Formats: sequence, structure tokens, C-alpha cells
Amino acid sequence: MLQSGAGGLGCEILKNLALSGFKDIHVIDMDTIDVSNLNRQFLFRQADVGKPKATVAAEFVMKRVKGVKITPYYGAIQDKGPDYYMQFQLVICGLDSVEARRWINATLVEMVDPQNPESLKPLIDGGTEGFKGQSRVILPTLGSCYECSLDMLTPRTAVPMCTLASIPRQPAHCIEWASILEWPRVMGDKKLDNDDPEHIQWLYEKALERAREFNISGVTYSMTQGVVKNIIPAIASTNAIIAASCCNEALKIVTSSNPYLNNYMMYIGDEGVYTHTFAHEQKDGCPVCGNMATDFHAKADWTLDEFIERLKEKPDVQIKKPTLTTERRKLYYAGPPQLNELTKPNLDKRLKDLLDSGEEVAITDPGLPFSLRLNVIFS
Amino acid sequence: MLKIWSMKQQQQAASNAEGGQKKKKVTAAQLRAQKDITELSLPSTMRTHFPDPDDILNFTLTIEPDEGMYKGGSFKFTFAINSNFPHEPPKVKCTHKIYHPNIDLEGNVCLNILREDWKPVLNLNAVIVGLQFLFLEPNPSDPLNKEAAEDLRLTRDNFKRNVKNSMQGGFVKSTQFDRVLK
Repeated sequence: MLQSGAGGLGCEILKNLALSGFKDIHVIDMDTIDVSNLNRQFLFRQADVGKPKATVAAEFVMKRVKGVKITPYYGAIQDKGPDYYMQFQLVICGLDSVEARRWINATLVEMVDPQNPESLKPLIDGGTEGFKGQSRVILPTLGSCYECSLDMLTPRTAVPMCTLASIPRQPAHCIEWASILEWPRVMGDKKLDNDDPEHIQWLYEKALERAREFNISGVTYSMTQGVVKNIIPAIASTNAIIAASCCNEALKIVTSSNPYLNNYMMYIGDEGVYTHTFAHEQKDGCPVCGNMATDFHAKADWTLDEFIERLKEKPDVQIKKPTLTTERRKLYYAGPPQLNELTKPNLDKRLKDLLDSGEEVAITDPGLPFSLRLNVIFS
Repeated sequence: MLKIWSMKQQQQAASNAEGGQKKKKVTAAQLRAQKDITELSLPSTMRTHFPDPDDILNFTLTIEPDEGMYKGGSFKFTFAINSNFPHEPPKVKCTHKIYHPNIDLEGNVCLNILREDWKPVLNLNAVIVGLQFLFLEPNPSDPLNKEAAEDLRLTRDNFKRNVKNSMQGGFVKSTQFDRVLK
């Protein structure tokens, strides 16, 4: 099985999996160990600071638990493609970003091939934030996916740019000013590296200066780091609880010993202990899973223009001014003028010169609230 | 292992779906950007340009206001859409150094829907209308360029003169601005 993330949740998950008897685990993480991780990421020691989390975690657990094989990969989950993910039976995630979750979710949903049972990989996703957490079981294409529930996320509260620029009230405003406005102004195109202590130090000094100017107190180095990296305080016990839930689900799914979580458990520990389990429903028109391609039969000799006319005739499609693309090329853009001019010549080309049989065509249209995906099959 | 596959087969039998080949898909961000871009309704005072037509996630917008204090100018903005769109707003910057209360000398733009009030239901058209509005009604109460805002608040006529001067590539106080006349 694959575990992605070897941080706070990841350490707990890896330990649980190994002690539960999983024998072949791959672990993937793109981070190196920071001294601030040591309070809760118990597979790491002082001497490990700066080393890759995946490698150190794998070595530690293999030394402690006999007979388990852990293969680390130090890098981003996005480095790997479907071929890599196909080798696993199940994927369990302790990730720290929405972006990474969306990516792994979309990848696993896309991998589902109706011809191949092995292509459906259950995804168990854990997440924590302070005293709160969640675990969920995602069966790609069979039920709600991560993308279906994206609307439930609380948006990150952003401070208006003009507040940062002219009337900061809080220490965080001064830090954001330093990173969003002052860094690009002074450094030009040089990219801000959140993990570079020198960069953080620079921001800290600028923010401190500005805070003094506006009579604001409380700017510290660690606060600067926290604001810039959007660090949410992590609590070891919350991680332990969520990791336990995730690993129990993994065990249940793999052994069929008990019914598994259907499909979303939230844990609220900030006032007493409260959990709630519910079945999150698949979202109609979910851009990842609610919108699977349907087959559309076409003649290879049709021109693209003819193809569009046939589509317009379909009563269940209802399109007027469509734009069509495939993963590798633009077929036809209804606007803006520059892209329309560029793609117009395709209208007279034959489908066989633009597409392979079975290739997916994505269509957007002012009349469609979402996009339409068609597998165009030549007959 | 749980019999997940039999569930999948039942689902397929129910929907009687035919299996096609697996192919790479267009990403969700890309599709949404495609929808937004092709459905832009731009007046004659605005136009888009795609430096790399294969990359619809990065483009420029030129605004040429036909009324207001910025009439006669041609203002270029870069739009950068990332893979988290529409959950994150596009990043928009003005490529010229201009004298405007809501745009600083580095080209940062203070527009609420580009930051604190962005929502995924908003689209690129809303952002573009918002930018256009900044040129018709510069807003001194949300300043990014404090001096310009103060100027506008105190003496509108003086501000107007300064805008005109700056658009010709002239100085306002000790800062020289880009010539943006079309």
C-alpha cells in the first residue's frame, strides 16, 4: 500500500500500519525534517534535522518492527504518474495541503478503468487542524470524492490588500505586508522561499520595522514563519486519533473483517469530544468524479464542423456556442478572437485527422453549467 | 480485500455504461478557465492576448477606458491562473507604473474580489469588470498608493491633472510614471 505524507499524521500512520501487520508499505513525502517537527513527529531525532522525512521514517520503523518492508520516496506525489499508483492496493494520506489532496484524488479517480478491477484504489484521507480532524474513505467513482466536498472548506481569511499597504492593525498584517508587497518590490523577480531561514529573517526584520512604525507589538520570528507558511498549530493527540481511525479503515478494507467507514468522520475535540459520521454524497457535476465521459459515436470522416452540428442536434446536450478541447490540443475555441482565429481552420478538418477513436473531448458552452466530456468513438 | 470491484460492476450494469479506452483528461482548472475565457463578453475598450496560445492560463488584458479620468490610456494587466482555480483567484498585475489610488507602483491591484472577497462562483468576467471599474471610479478609501488616494480625496482637479501628466510619462512629485497613451 501507499502512504503519502510522513509528517505529523504520517508518523502516526506509518507506525500504526507497521504494527497492524501491513508488510509492504511505500511512503512518499517531499519535506525535510525541521527542528519544530520534533515535538510530535516521533520518528525523528535531533540528529535527523535536514534529512528527508520519508527516508528517516522508513528506516526508523523498519528497525523497530521486524519483517516490514518500507520503501521511501523523497519527492512530490505529483512526480509520479498512474503507472506508479497502479502498483498499490490502497492509498492512505496524511497530507497538509488542499492542493495535494485534490491532486491525488483526481489522479485516483482518473485511473479507474472499467475494464480493469485493479485500477480502483480506495483512498483514505486524514486531516487535522488543531483540536479538530477528519478521516474519510473515498472509493473513486463509486461515491463522493475529495473534490465533491471542496465547497465545505472554509476559505482562508484574506486581509484586504489596502489594509496591508496603509493601515495595518495586527502583527500578522505587518508580516503579510513584508511578504506580499515588500519582498517583490525590493527583490524583484527573486522568488521567496518559505523554507529558507535567511528569507524568513529578512521578512521578520522588515515586518518588525513596520510594526514599530505603526506601534504594533508581537511580531516574532516564529510568528513570521507561521504566517508566511500558513502554519496551523498541530496537536500530537489529534494526529494520533485521526491516524488511528485511518489505519483501522485500511485494516477493515483490506481484510474485509468489518464494515468500513461510510464515508466521512469528523472529530471535534476543542470542546469535549464529539464525533460525527455521515455519508457525504457524490456531487452532481463534480468536476472530477461527477462528470465522467460518456461515449459518443461519430464517423471518422465527419469534419469538426459537422461533428459540432450533430452535437447541437442532440436534445440532451443543448449547446449553442461550444468550445472543444482534448488533453493534447485545442479543437475549436468560440472566443476570444485570437484563439477563435487560431482554431477556426480545424472546423474543416476531418475528425480522424484531429482525434484518435476513443479520445476524450471536453466541451464547454454558455448553455452548460458544467463541462461535458465525451469519448468520441469512430464507427 | 473488500469486494469493491463487484460494486463497480453493479454500478456499471445499472448505468449500462460502455467502457472506453483510458485517456488523459483536461484538468478541472483548465476546463473552468476555458469556460470563463471563451465566455468573456468584452466591450471594445478591452481585449485579451495570449502570448502562448497553447497556454490559456496565462494571458494579458488591455483596458483602454473611453471615459473618465483615465480616458486615452492603454493599460495592460497580466493574468496568471493556477491549478487551484477557481478555488483561488487569478493573480493579476498591472504591467505599467501608473498613478492610481488602488494600484501601487509595482503593479499590485487592490480589488476586493481578487483577494478577500473572491469566491469560486465568481468568474474572470467579474474580475475584468472590476478592473474596468477601477479606471472609471478610482476609490480613495481603499488606497494602495496612499499619496494618490490623498490627492484624489483632497483636490479632485489636482488629482486629474496629475493622472493626465503621469499618463504622458511625466512626474508626480518625484516619481516618474510610464507613458501609457495609446
